[in-house]
Amino acid sequence: MSEERVGVYICHCGTNIAGTVDVEDVARWAGEQPHVVVARDYKFMCSSLGQELIEKDIKEFGLTRVVVASCSPHMHEKTFRGACERAGLNPFLFEMANIREQDSWATNDRKAATQKAKALVKAAIERVIHHEPLDPLQVEINSSTLIVGGGIAGITAALELANAGYHVYLVEREPSIGGHMAQLDKTFPTLDCSACILTPKMVEVDQHPNITLLSYSEVEKVEGHLGDFTVTVRKKARHVIEDLCTGCGECERRCPKRVIDNSFEAGLGFRKAIYRPFPQAVPKYPVIDTDNCLWFQIGKCRVCERFCPTGAIDYEQQDELLEIKVGNIILATGYKLFDPRRIPQYGYGRLANVFTSLEFERMVNAAGPTGGRIVLRDGETEPKSVAIIHCVGSRDRNYNEYCSKVCCMYSLKFAHLVHERLPEAEVYNFYIDIRTPGKGYEEFYHRLLEEGTHFIRGRVAEVTDAARQPGEEGKLIVQVEDTLIGKQRRIPVDMVILSAGLEAQPDAREVAQKFGLGCDANGFFVERHPKLDPVATMTDGVFIAGTCQGPRDIPDTVAQGAAAAARIASLISQRVVQMEPVRAHIDEDLCSGCRICNDLCPYNAIVYHEDRQVSEVITALCQGCGACVAACPSGAITEAHFTDEQIMSEIEGILWDVRPQGAHEAALA
Amino acid sequence: MSDNAYEPVIVGFLCNWCSYRAADLAGTSRLHYAPNMRVVRVMCSARVDPQFVLKALREGADGVLIAGCHPGECHYVEGNIKTLRRYELLKHMLTQFGIEPERVQLVWASASEGNVLAKAVDRMTEQLRALGPLRWQETVVQQDKRPVSTDAVVEEVDRG
Repeated sequence: MSEERVGVYICHCGTNIAGTVDVEDVARWAGEQPHVVVARDYKFMCSSLGQELIEKDIKEFGLTRVVVASCSPHMHEKTFRGACERAGLNPFLFEMANIREQDSWATNDRKAATQKAKALVKAAIERVIHHEPLDPLQVEINSSTLIVGGGIAGITAALELANAGYHVYLVEREPSIGGHMAQLDKTFPTLDCSACILTPKMVEVDQHPNITLLSYSEVEKVEGHLGDFTVTVRKKARHVIEDLCTGCGECERRCPKRVIDNSFEAGLGFRKAIYRPFPQAVPKYPVIDTDNCLWFQIGKCRVCERFCPTGAIDYEQQDELLEIKVGNIILATGYKLFDPRRIPQYGYGRLANVFTSLEFERMVNAAGPTGGRIVLRDGETEPKSVAIIHCVGSRDRNYNEYCSKVCCMYSLKFAHLVHERLPEAEVYNFYIDIRTPGKGYEEFYHRLLEEGTHFIRGRVAEVTDAARQPGEEGKLIVQVEDTLIGKQRRIPVDMVILSAGLEAQPDAREVAQKFGLGCDANGFFVERHPKLDPVATMTDGVFIAGTCQGPRDIPDTVAQGAAAAARIASLISQRVVQMEPVRAHIDEDLCSGCRICNDLCPYNAIVYHEDRQVSEVITALCQGCGACVAACPSGAITEAHFTDEQIMSEIEGILWDVRPQGAHEAALA
Repeated sequence: MSDNAYEPVIVGFLCNWCSYRAADLAGTSRLHYAPNMRVVRVMCSARVDPQFVLKALREGADGVLIAGCHPGECHYVEGNIKTLRRYELLKHMLTQFGIEPERVQLVWASASEGNVLAKAVDRMTEQLRALGPLRWQETVVQQDKRPVSTDAVVEEVDRG
């Protein structure tokens, strides 16, 4: 250790660091520290010239350790490790001091920032001399992929990977894939028929030899790591034998039990107790809803069994647990629509003719419950005036502060569809701001302005049926401050559509935990980097795509699905990838066999050998958290790259300027 | 920091996945907060051996901040729960040493909560300014009149 030769590099990062930290002073001071052979400051250490500087010094000065003080290790640790490796130094003999994110950007106080930078640099120097050369772990990548969620994001990703020749397991918890997109009528701004562009892809998934479709199934358990996950999937009992069913639909026609369809038809239509969510459902097999089926509830009926021409009904069918092995995972679990009942002043659920956006979506759909007719809740009367209220549950501190991104555009689409189907009707859009970033989106807005939609700028205060003025009787009155003219207005209409925002799935946190991800404050999955790594997560081998990561429209969702697939294809084609060797190890000579660590490990990576009375860490299962290391009373466990010695030295270094000289030696004497 | 005024030094043990990224985010968002915390990155807050805390206090820190992911959001399933258990026991012991409870704090901050972490550092800095320097020698060592072998106590903490 005493002969280690350390090189220290202080980055200016333009003025990002140098504007607050006196980098020259830090470099000069660092040069005077024990073990330090060379200390420099440089404009941009991450540039190729900066990296070459390190490489050159390693060779010229025979450096055995390198410290770079710059940004967060999450930003450039890899970069500098690479520079060390190119110059023949083991990449783990490098340490980074974060003097940008956690210093220069967090204060304006130049003196304090410089002092803090010195402490962080000193900590890195003290730590790095205890570093040991390590070799990355080699992991083989299983070429199969699990995709959770069969919406357009999951479908896109599945097809991309399957077409590349890799096997995909697509798990969907509903009876059919398709997701929310299958419920839509038209898609903005091109007004393509949603089903017309989606169903061919659904069929392709169904028929693809590389895709195993597990619909009506949910992931129970995930074990393992990048390259080698073992996933347990619960295939819920459909009570229909898939090998026998031809999808003729006779059972559905004969079933005597009608049920309100709260899921696909958003409560506007009916289905049977044995059903397929919609005619183009993939797979084609129906499912028995045991909560409503007469046989399961009162023990009578069995009509479907009697009429099934192939004998495919099986009331005794049980859930099946499947264990599948995959190398990577994509989560594409989608969103849930904001429930407008949470805003009672908008009257949804209380005033009949207030509709949610999804209800309207089903209503205008030619295959929907009204056959595409826009009618009031009575099912007959066509509205003469329609109000569309934007930002319901979005951009509102009482509910969700974020913008749901798609509501402006779908509200414009709704306005267009009303104009198209009911040319005489007046259409009002109540908005805070119109947000139309996207190809052809602003043009679509202008088209609506020309079609004669009334745009009123202001957040709606209330929707009420209490008439105050003549002409308001029997109408819904929208109370709003028109902020462009600075006046309160009451607009009587026949129908109100609430453009509800997008929210994370209610069980998003549960799912995140299952797969080892993080959720943000709103419940959306956290990406590895918001700009440069939007589909990867902090967990290697687990990717995210679509609205489970945040609100977005169909084109963005499709792009993310394909992006996640591309990332995985690249991993699979590498066959073997390298992983951080940060893992725990037990020294059997020191282990007392107390087994305290055994129960602490969340991955069951520690086994106890009865014969030798010692515990052992299975490296392949260990994730390197270090919980066992901190708990071992014998000090028998070490965590590579985070050893006690390294951290203790780091603590001494970080407190170099406040350490009582000789005090603790005296205390321990 | 003016030249004369006492400024406490806090050692922060931040987990790699949530709280360290929260500190990064605070910087990226240019949230200015007290420059008094110096961070030691660990993979998980459960890696924080009580000896690290004692070491920092003994080596001149006025306080120690341990930060981890929110319960239920730990990257390692439930490492933060182990931290919480260990922390409660450690606090109990520190109180017996005569060390004020404000000097060792545990906060949860997710990767998106830069503001939460920044506020925690500001608050703790204020509390420590009010308390004044720790003076380990006077508070712990001399008051006790016998050398403290931290290892023995720490073992007790872990067994408890």
